[in-house]
Amino acid sequence: MRAACQVLLLLCLPVAVFAIERFPPPEFSKGYWFPDVTTPSPRPDILSYMDVAVLFVALALAAYLSLKRRSRRELVVLVLFSLLYFGFYRRGCVCPIGAIQNVSLALSNADYVLPLAAGVFFLLPLLFALFFGRVFCAAVCPLGAAQEVVLFRPVRVPSWLDSALATVPYLYLGAAVLFAATGSAFIICQFDPFVLFFRLGGSAAMLIVGVAVLLLATVVGRPYCRYACPYGALLQIVSPLARWRASISPAECVNCHLCADACPYGAIRPPTPQGESVNRKPAKARLATALLLLPVLIAAGAGLVRLGSPLLAQVHPAVRLADRLWLEEQGLVEGKTEATEAFHIQATPPMDAYREAAAIRGSFNTGSWLLGAWIGLVLGLKTVGASIRRRRDEYQADPATCVACARCYASCPVERAGSQEADVGLTEEAP
Amino acid sequence: MSLEPSTDERETMTRREFLTQAARGAGLLFTGGLLGALVSRGNANEYVWQVDPAKCTQCGKCATACVLNPSAVKCVHEYAMCGYCDLCFGYLAEKRADDTEGAENQRCPTNAISRSFIEDPYYQYVIDESKCIGCGACVKGCRDYGNGSLILQIRHDRCINCNQCAIANVCPSDAIVRVPANKPYLLRTKE
Repeated sequence: MRAACQVLLLLCLPVAVFAIERFPPPEFSKGYWFPDVTTPSPRPDILSYMDVAVLFVALALAAYLSLKRRSRRELVVLVLFSLLYFGFYRRGCVCPIGAIQNVSLALSNADYVLPLAAGVFFLLPLLFALFFGRVFCAAVCPLGAAQEVVLFRPVRVPSWLDSALATVPYLYLGAAVLFAATGSAFIICQFDPFVLFFRLGGSAAMLIVGVAVLLLATVVGRPYCRYACPYGALLQIVSPLARWRASISPAECVNCHLCADACPYGAIRPPTPQGESVNRKPAKARLATALLLLPVLIAAGAGLVRLGSPLLAQVHPAVRLADRLWLEEQGLVEGKTEATEAFHIQATPPMDAYREAAAIRGSFNTGSWLLGAWIGLVLGLKTVGASIRRRRDEYQADPATCVACARCYASCPVERAGSQEADVGLTEEAP
Repeated sequence: MSLEPSTDERETMTRREFLTQAARGAGLLFTGGLLGALVSRGNANEYVWQVDPAKCTQCGKCATACVLNPSAVKCVHEYAMCGYCDLCFGYLAEKRADDTEGAENQRCPTNAISRSFIEDPYYQYVIDESKCIGCGACVKGCRDYGNGSLILQIRHDRCINCNQCAIANVCPSDAIVRVPANKPYLLRTKE
């Protein structure tokens, strides 16, 4: 029956046959040469090695300018260079943020071999973060640079809101890895709010988002980096391990809070109140509760997101196609979509589509467990972190959120005194 | 002066410092090892995007979805497969006044195809890439009524090779595929 249907289909749709030789190529009486079919080459590999070299030099320079030279002005020059090179010249591709997805896809799909440039772009900023903190964010990332240059008058985001929104990058990271690993979509690239400025082209919806984020970035310092960037989440995990990182005051901190005012990203933590006797008992109880809650949250997250797995699988076009095909076959819906029409033109048996979709659903089932557990872990560790109170005697840059932008150095009266009257030793007398 | 180690320079190490250093060492080993493995693999060719002509249904989205305007997708003519028909349905519109070469008779919305007489009854059809917008109208006509010698291909002198192709996001037949950069075209008549 099905075979008969297919024959019928073939007869009705001559288009089902691809590249049939209806008219034999002519035999010309006089000499005729086929014109050349030109095949312009893609960008040569050597240029992607150049990108890698530029990335390395820019990272090293960012570390040097921010941590050793402590010069905001020189760092801004590098910011502008990165915006021009990685942004407008390379048109935002490939960047470490998007490379997360290439790495995920390569790990889950043996047919996709990770391109060297994508792999190095993913690893190099992490490697630098192990030594120098988030110097990639400081002056190399084109998305960070785009927000850095439009920052006009930063306002302080309320700490409760800041803390709540700061979990979003981790969730975004989890979702991006799941969708990339299942071959569904590269959501980081699809919803990149800045890349269409670099390419001077893109969808209208993303243009609205991009303009909105840029407008927001004039008053809220780096909104994408702080509340969305999935690569920032990875760097936040790594950078507290940094060997060297931005130290605000070159000598002893005078606790004047000017640096905290100068930081547009809310990354500078004030000293803990002095002389306040901390009652350790309730604090310990709070920590114990948070630690006990951790496995519960992980399990709950895994279970909940697993329930949503069929919904998540709908992101994959092959799953959507198979569902629609089945509905059409059962006569439950009228008409065809573009995708099912295209599918019928190719005259593949629907069984193939169903089988492919089933396999993808299977990987979504596994992936959604993991995504749920990851979300539980992130929220759990957030509660654990909130119940640990660490003593600080001076203003300190939070190693996870500080992007080493070098703004605070110049605001520090100790540093200013040191630079104006070098070697005079005014630092001791600073108020 | 200011390159201070984040851990205090003391003889003894606190537990916290020890754990941080151990974690940094592990991280270094991990990322360094991965980087080394990646570099030593050597054959990690880049991928580029290409239209698989066997899957393409000429829906027209290539002309509109590309981040470039006009699109990086163009019509490519594989001459060796062409029948050199005088009544070419890649060239002539289905609804037309007559079979002359007037613009109103042509299928191409931008008049990007021109034809020249070779010998009776054969005509050669040439695509002007600077005019082609990659809509695939001619490709559809040629596939439905001719030899299918016109195909859509991503032209790599134009394509900026986005990490995620915007056309691939909307292609109804999943015809935009990743191909190795050393074999960037999916032609049937030329290696």
